[in-house]
Amino acid sequence: MGAENDLRKNGPIGSDKAEGTPGLAKVIVVTSGKGGVGKTTTSAAFAAGLAMRGHKTVVIDFDVGLRNLDLVMGCERRVVFDFINVINGDANLNQALIKDKRHDNLFIFPTSQTRDKNALKREGVERVMEELKQQFEYIICDSPAGIEHGAITALYFADSAIIVTNPEVSSVRDSDRIIGILASRSRRAERSEPPVDIHLLLTRYDPARVAKGEMLAVDDVKEILSIPLLGVIPESESVLRASNTGTPVVFDENSPAGRAYVDAVARFLGEQREMRFVKPERRSFFRTIFGRA
Amino acid sequence: MGFFRSLFQPRPTSAAIAKERLKIVLAHERAGRNAPDFLPLLQKELLAVVGRYVEISEDMIRVTLANAGDTSSLEINIEIEAGKLKTPSGPALSAAV
Repeated sequence: MGAENDLRKNGPIGSDKAEGTPGLAKVIVVTSGKGGVGKTTTSAAFAAGLAMRGHKTVVIDFDVGLRNLDLVMGCERRVVFDFINVINGDANLNQALIKDKRHDNLFIFPTSQTRDKNALKREGVERVMEELKQQFEYIICDSPAGIEHGAITALYFADSAIIVTNPEVSSVRDSDRIIGILASRSRRAERSEPPVDIHLLLTRYDPARVAKGEMLAVDDVKEILSIPLLGVIPESESVLRASNTGTPVVFDENSPAGRAYVDAVARFLGEQREMRFVKPERRSFFRTIFGRA
Repeated sequence: MGFFRSLFQPRPTSAAIAKERLKIVLAHERAGRNAPDFLPLLQKELLAVVGRYVEISEDMIRVTLANAGDTSSLEINIEIEAGKLKTPSGPALSAAV
């Protein structure tokens, strides 16, 4: 029962209301259908945010062949073994997991760069997931784009899903599609268990353009997709800065996007937090002259 | 300039257009999402049979399955243009099973 002791050591379990059954890890898929909307940024930020809240968290890259989570997390030079190595039994889990240098509760599980898309065998993934559940409170699955094998495998084991959506027609449509797939093809759906808990995360939001009628408003997207809203992440220069340096954006305290992610993590854990960054910002005279993003 | 133009010609914003377009396309896609796999084949076979008697094209036949509680209803709608049907019945033939 070493695993249970590990969990106890790390932070205030039970202090957060949204905690699942004690000792049972929660699997969260970060998905979208469409590419380029911010899945990996969100996976990195969410995992780091949960770790900052005292939860032992691992973030897994499911994008086999196009490994990128390692870069966004800033651990690309520490990858030795990967997800496929562990599935195939060529390495054990603890050889492949990379412990984040900034946070004790945070671990990165990189994917392989193989071109064999079928390397993610369902039974193998299931075995690895069960093993991860013994060690972690939260398992974040960073899904590849699309609705092919990798994306389906990433969402299959999910208890919760974060649907990353941009306020833009093609992204909203693809999100709707992936919501449908979660409802029909996840393990919870196949086993007729309670459905996957689905959350909307609207990213790259520009309140000034929304005010001008040039961009779908948060309420429009909520109404169209009819799923509960977890957060709105404003379009922010700090997101590119974060990926440039391999730092999850939540570690940047001055970043509006980082603060919006911290809020979203808090809501995920059951806290009430007012939505910030949804109205156009009034820049003061002082900030206009000396301002920074 | 833009201000005066908008005064005289109120136009929906591009965001409003996006919302309307999304609502329509998603309503359509959601209806087809839970459809069983045999529906397209059924539609094709119906088209072949009905086509022997009246002139119709693929887009004039619609097969949908609706679920309401314990019962499901299979609705087949076949649109027939005036003049293409040589019987005295109306312009549309509808059957629910």
